[in-house]
Amino acid sequence: MGNACAVVGIGQSERYKSKIKKSMAGLVREAAQNALNDAGCTWADIDAVIIGKAPDFFEGVVMPELYLADALGCVGKPMMRVHTAGSVGGSTAIVAASHIQSGVFKRVLTLSYEKQSESNAMWALSTRQPFSPHLNAGAGGFFAPIIREYKRRYQVPEDIGCKVALKDRTHALKNPHAHMHEEKDSLTLENYMDSMMLWDPIRYAEVCPSSDGACAMVLCNEDLAKKSPNKPAWVLGTAMKSEPTMYPWREEVNPQAGIDCAKEVYAQAGIINPRKDLDMAEVYVPFSWYEPMWLENLGFADVGEGWKLSESGATSLDQGGDIPWNVSGGVLSSNPIGASGMIRFAEAALQVRGMAGERQVPGCKKALGHAYGGGAQFFSMWVVGSEKR
Amino acid sequence: MREVAIIAYAQTPLVRDCGAKNDVELVMEVVNAVKHQVGFTNQDLDFFCSGSCDYLGGSAFAFVNALDALGAVPPINESHVEMDAAWALYEAWLKIQTGHANTALVYGFGKCSQGDLPDVLTLQLDPYYTQPLWPDSISLAALQARALLDAGKITEEDMARVVQKSRRNAKSKPGTQLKGDYTIEQLLAEPKLVSPLRKHDCPPVTDGASAVILATREVAEKFHKRNAYITGIDHRIEAHQLGSRNLIDSMSTRIAGEAAGVAKGKVDIAELHTPFSYQELLVKQALGLGDDTVINASGGPLAGNIMMSAGLSNFGEVAMRIIKGEANRGVAHATSGPCLQQNLVAVLEGK
Repeated sequence: MGNACAVVGIGQSERYKSKIKKSMAGLVREAAQNALNDAGCTWADIDAVIIGKAPDFFEGVVMPELYLADALGCVGKPMMRVHTAGSVGGSTAIVAASHIQSGVFKRVLTLSYEKQSESNAMWALSTRQPFSPHLNAGAGGFFAPIIREYKRRYQVPEDIGCKVALKDRTHALKNPHAHMHEEKDSLTLENYMDSMMLWDPIRYAEVCPSSDGACAMVLCNEDLAKKSPNKPAWVLGTAMKSEPTMYPWREEVNPQAGIDCAKEVYAQAGIINPRKDLDMAEVYVPFSWYEPMWLENLGFADVGEGWKLSESGATSLDQGGDIPWNVSGGVLSSNPIGASGMIRFAEAALQVRGMAGERQVPGCKKALGHAYGGGAQFFSMWVVGSEKR
Repeated sequence: MREVAIIAYAQTPLVRDCGAKNDVELVMEVVNAVKHQVGFTNQDLDFFCSGSCDYLGGSAFAFVNALDALGAVPPINESHVEMDAAWALYEAWLKIQTGHANTALVYGFGKCSQGDLPDVLTLQLDPYYTQPLWPDSISLAALQARALLDAGKITEEDMARVVQKSRRNAKSKPGTQLKGDYTIEQLLAEPKLVSPLRKHDCPPVTDGASAVILATREVAEKFHKRNAYITGIDHRIEAHQLGSRNLIDSMSTRIAGEAAGVAKGKVDIAELHTPFSYQELLVKQALGLGDDTVINASGGPLAGNIMMSAGLSNFGEVAMRIIKGEANRGVAHATSGPCLQQNLVAVLEGK
């Protein structure tokens, strides 16, 4: 439905890091300029800017898009700021896509960023609120019991979390933008299993880093896509779903909102069997155990079988798996929170454009970008393809 | 373009402090009210979008809990902007234009009593060059008012007349925060708060929420014989650095007004989100509105200003007057950022 929309430009921070020595304006400007270069256009060619990031507490600036309007060439143009928790990078891309699909805009710039080094995300997420139980342990403390329940239910072996983390960190070595570039020699199962237990069963090695960085995309309509210098990625489907953090009978291990969101995006993109019909996926996995859980939630594996797929190497590019997941290294290797969702969406687009360099999945034609946030309750997904549907 | 109408609107009373009521309770009141007005359940709504600001409540993800007010089980298609909910309405309007939705519920909320609002808004400024100087929102507005006075564009009497009208109009709307009859002399006799602004030139701190339901023509016609359609909508931003801006003009309002087609017909009513008295005069001029347009019949933001929802409320106020037949064509306006940095303008017409 709606007009066709294509990704014609992608730009990222040169390298995601724990401290990028740039102002926030410099950070977003770099990614945006890289996206414009890829799209072969200038600031004047952009009709609107759609920006997203996670909570303003992470940098201590209220509605920072107001301040970033100057750096992003927005003067006299429409600018929107999206905020949907951890899924925000994906949601921002989807809101940008609807600018094009609606026919109201021809070419827009969309961008997400986080400069985690300005604060401490864990404590920013743990402010005490009146009338509410106090969550005092950030995201890890919230997700650990859910992961524990997944392990218990399906008798998942102890080393699955480390195996997934190793796989993604090995992928990251092929991605020049990735934050985590570990020494090859240290990437061993033994090392990972020895790493400190943070929130049982989550080990230090199984957790995403805190990164600074920005990711940008130029989206446009069909006419302009055909004139763009590099190959476009066509947006074949977009979906967002939300449910409350808590309610009786809520299935937290395999959330209904994720199942529904996948169903909707697959229907739009004509995906019947995701493992077969998609060539790769970039999925939001901030704690490695979420790979098997999302394999099930997204229909790549039957319920209770996701960990077997991870264990078999099916999601590894290096092991020649049939459905590589997170060949960029994923959130486990770079996590500028607000941008992490958009990086998933952008990496999926890079793959179908055949522009992913060393991390290219051969012959990639259709890819899934996925993000989630809150208490695993906000989902955003898109499917991109090398051909218009 | 698909024709999109506003078919329902609700707003909480505009109060200085809603006490122990939390965001969820504020939102629940208006969300249930708009659903009730048209007999909708969640299953009748294709899309939900909201606007709020984490810093007002002092917690990351303030909007997450507000989701409880929607009863989002089974899961819903939902999005959120960290902006006035008028921009959430814009996102929903785009979603309807893509054909992915025929109906949408939009809401915004702000419990501003929880902190010192002018100080919180200081954190909106450039963190490297401006924020450390700690100019608060009232001082920045005073700077702009001074620039307009010095340029001879307005007088202090003009500003007092805006306040007088707002207080008078607010008497006829239930739930407004500040209302009454004042003479210009009385108002001008008040002491300055931050020169040239007096306390009454500034918006009151308000707790509250508002919500609207959008629908395509096919759906809208089932509920009202006469509907208020959005016939033009546009928003623009300008430079953040005040030194880069012409403060005696509102360039972004003017461009948005032209794009929305304000001048294409007679404007009967306008609800302008102008939190400071002088801003009404500036925005009125930027939109090219004449004296035959009734501005802020609701009392406007000087009678109660729900942060993150005041702009959305303007859509509801204009739409309800059009549906009732009190006006044919109206303008709804929203603003964000220091000194009217960002502005959204829409034209609503009765059909």
